Amino acid sequence: MTAEVLTPVTDLVTTPTRRRGLRGVGVIGYISAGVIAFALVLAIVGPFIRPYDPNLINFSYANVGPIAGHPLGFDGQGRDLLSRLMVGARTCVLGAMFVALLSIFIGTSLAVITAWFGGKTDTSISGVLDVVFAFPGILLAIVAAAVFGPSLLSAGLALAIAYSPYIARVLRGAAIKERAQAYIAAMEVQGFGVWRLCARHLVPNISSLIVAQGTILFGYAMVDLAAISFLGLGVQSPTADWGVMISEGKIGLLQGYPLESFSAVLCIVIVVSAVSFLGERLSERSKQGRS
Amino acid sequence: MSDEPVLVVSGLRKVFGAQVAVDDVNFELLPGKSIAIVGESGSGKTTVARMIVGLERPTAGTITACGRDRSKPARNGAERKSRGREVQIVFQDPYSSLDPRMSGAALVDEVLRVHHGGDPEQRGRRVSELAGLVGLDERQMNALPRALSGGQRQRVAIARALATDPRVLILDESVAALDVSIQAQVLNVLADIRDQRGISYVLISHDLAVVRQLTEEALVMQRGVVVEQGPTADLLDHPKHPYTQLLRASVPGPGWKPQRMRERLLGAEVPAS
Amino acid sequence: MTSLLQVRDLTVQLKIGADLREVLTTVNLEIAAGEAMGLVGESGSGKSMTAKAIARLLPDGATVSGSITFDGVDVLALSGADLRAHRAQVAVVFQDPRAHINPVRRIDDFMGESLRILSDVSKEEASRRAADALEEVGIDNPAKRLRQYPHELSGGMLQRVMIATALLSEPRLLLADECTTALDVTTQAEVMAIMDELRRDRGLSMLFITHDLELAGAVCDRTCVMYAGQVVETRAASVLHGDPLHPYSAALVDARPDINSTADRLLAIPGRPLSAFEAPSGCRFAPRCGYSTDDCTSHEQEWLELAGGQVRCGRAAELRGTLRGGAHV
Repeated sequence: MTAEVLTPVTDLVTTPTRRRGLRGVGVIGYISAGVIAFALVLAIVGPFIRPYDPNLINFSYANVGPIAGHPLGFDGQGRDLLSRLMVGARTCVLGAMFVALLSIFIGTSLAVITAWFGGKTDTSISGVLDVVFAFPGILLAIVAAAVFGPSLLSAGLALAIAYSPYIARVLRGAAIKERAQAYIAAMEVQGFGVWRLCARHLVPNISSLIVAQGTILFGYAMVDLAAISFLGLGVQSPTADWGVMISEGKIGLLQGYPLESFSAVLCIVIVVSAVSFLGERLSERSKQGRS
Repeated sequence: MSDEPVLVVSGLRKVFGAQVAVDDVNFELLPGKSIAIVGESGSGKTTVARMIVGLERPTAGTITACGRDRSKPARNGAERKSRGREVQIVFQDPYSSLDPRMSGAALVDEVLRVHHGGDPEQRGRRVSELAGLVGLDERQMNALPRALSGGQRQRVAIARALATDPRVLILDESVAALDVSIQAQVLNVLADIRDQRGISYVLISHDLAVVRQLTEEALVMQRGVVVEQGPTADLLDHPKHPYTQLLRASVPGPGWKPQRMRERLLGAEVPAS
Repeated sequence: MTSLLQVRDLTVQLKIGADLREVLTTVNLEIAAGEAMGLVGESGSGKSMTAKAIARLLPDGATVSGSITFDGVDVLALSGADLRAHRAQVAVVFQDPRAHINPVRRIDDFMGESLRILSDVSKEEASRRAADALEEVGIDNPAKRLRQYPHELSGGMLQRVMIATALLSEPRLLLADECTTALDVTTQAEVMAIMDELRRDRGLSMLFITHDLELAGAVCDRTCVMYAGQVVETRAASVLHGDPLHPYSAALVDARPDINSTADRLLAIPGRPLSAFEAPSGCRFAPRCGYSTDDCTSHEQEWLELAGGQVRCGRAAELRGTLRGGAHV
């Protein structure tokens, strides 16, 4: 038997299903991932570890700056700012995550369906997507608020629907390319079903692109959700939310007490930047392709 | 082993739009025998292969494998799988024909699981058996495709195709992309497998030397039509059709000199492409 | 015979990420005026890199040592206008013509541009010369072809356009890098015939890079066999097939199936071809060679003169004549 000599190859991976994780995203990528992880943890445990009740109004402390025990001071109604920021992370971060995940799910499904069946299915789905594509997310959310009443859920659903065509468009190309690979054809010949082929082989092979797109959308979703809450159509006051805080802080801002708006803006900017940096790195990496 | 043909193709035709890609292809393949479909790009040879495995639907004609018709799409999953146990294919490009995320062992194992279920231990034994057949060791089977060379990947692709224990294996230019020294290894492996399993090959190739090495019978296709068909040795030693003569004369070898032969052999009606 | 091109001890390292990877090691090569030299090897052997080094087309960050002399000029020291002049003298035809032609420009534009970069000719004059060049490579109705776009031409036709374009600058050396590999066999024969005629008419030298030993043997005067970044044998093409000096050359000939007969088993070479950076010390072919001894693995092999050729194998003289038929299996 003429067995080949397998020479040592540097990137020989022995666990076949191991994900590439964060390898190759660089220092900025790691820092960004750390920031995002911190924001996520805060979103989950924030309401439990906040030092004070975020909704406790005490007008005698209105617009008072940082004092002992209250490192960020108070808002215009004398509520503890740090506590409100910590609680506000929940709606802002988890809401954006919900939007990103839902639009990824819808977008990926549409992309795979169009790529797999091609022809008329492709043309009709792509046509519908082009129409949805024409509506800005915020506009759709305002319409949703008008129809279903202002709430985080209706705003989130509207954004997710508005974002889906972005994902579907980007992934459609990748899915078509993957669909044409010989390994997919080989498995069809083996008698594998469409569902198994798509779920187990096609989608995982475009997953790095999906993750990259998802992170970018996460950033957009956060900004848009905050904007919608700012307009009073998303999260409703007095619930603590970064978008609501920017909105409520604008009075203080005019009176020379900028801390409420600024601290919420800063939180959003930091998280969104981290997400964009990471998304950029991930998408860079997925473009470099598989070796 | 019976002498019933494992594959019968008759009157096979495929039309893409206004273009006839394949017209009236007929052949029979006996168990343990091999047939070559020879031709250049655009001859329709790959379309024939894709129709046999069900990746394209014939416009007309029938394909019968192991006594069962497969010219219509499979009606259900069970039929699809049973077809998968009759005819398999190995493609040309060893780089795109494996799922980049899965090791050879995982690929073969998945095929076994889909087809036979069974306990992991039994499947594991079968994976090692197939690995031995194509000459890969355990470490190579457990490596991801990108850690393997082209020849090793092609062996994995062969092992995966053999996992369903098919009666017919289509080799669609399967050794064309390999280096000379690796090509010889893979051709030897294919010959060994045929000796051990009694499998039949349909070799789609433009390489006449490879065709000679692996097959007993050959079809020469030009622009969708079979221009000559017969025993491989005869066909190469005494080509009758002008196109076969041209193909044969175009192969470099000791003493060969390149010549402008097209017009002389085919007449002026063939555009030099 | 005076040599037009001389490559001496050429060693090239490429920057891959943070590392330097050796792709060529002490390559020696000489091409006389009017001579056709075949450069044969498997993937990773460094044959394309050799051509790139000669045309000064190596990627950025490559480190080069040794010397390349073209017509008495040190190629590695050239820059600016001198380098452009050198590239006009050395024309390259690549494997995939479609990757080397702008798909949205007409053939006319493409051919005219390369002409007008080199010399100050009018647009009409450029078109006329392009048409003549197309006619020379056997393309009918050149005026019509010049108005077409690359996608309207078949692969074989496009490759002939590339050859015609390469010859426009009246080069003295043609580097043909697998230029017929992507073509059908009958088209390959046709394109080879045309190249051969043109080359002889013009007394052009050629470095013909291919993986096909038989094709190189048929169209070249001498053949160079490369393995893992080294030239292991240079020999008259007519004798290489029957009387190879290096075990690798012999094994390569033996591994190829024969169109005239069916072998019981092919004499495959065990293992896989290596690239220079992963090759072992000592003789690079030793791990796959049936004749290797302890001496082979412990010593760098010398570049020896033997039987009118050169070979990099210490046992070549002793083994000569016994190599074919594969004691290496």
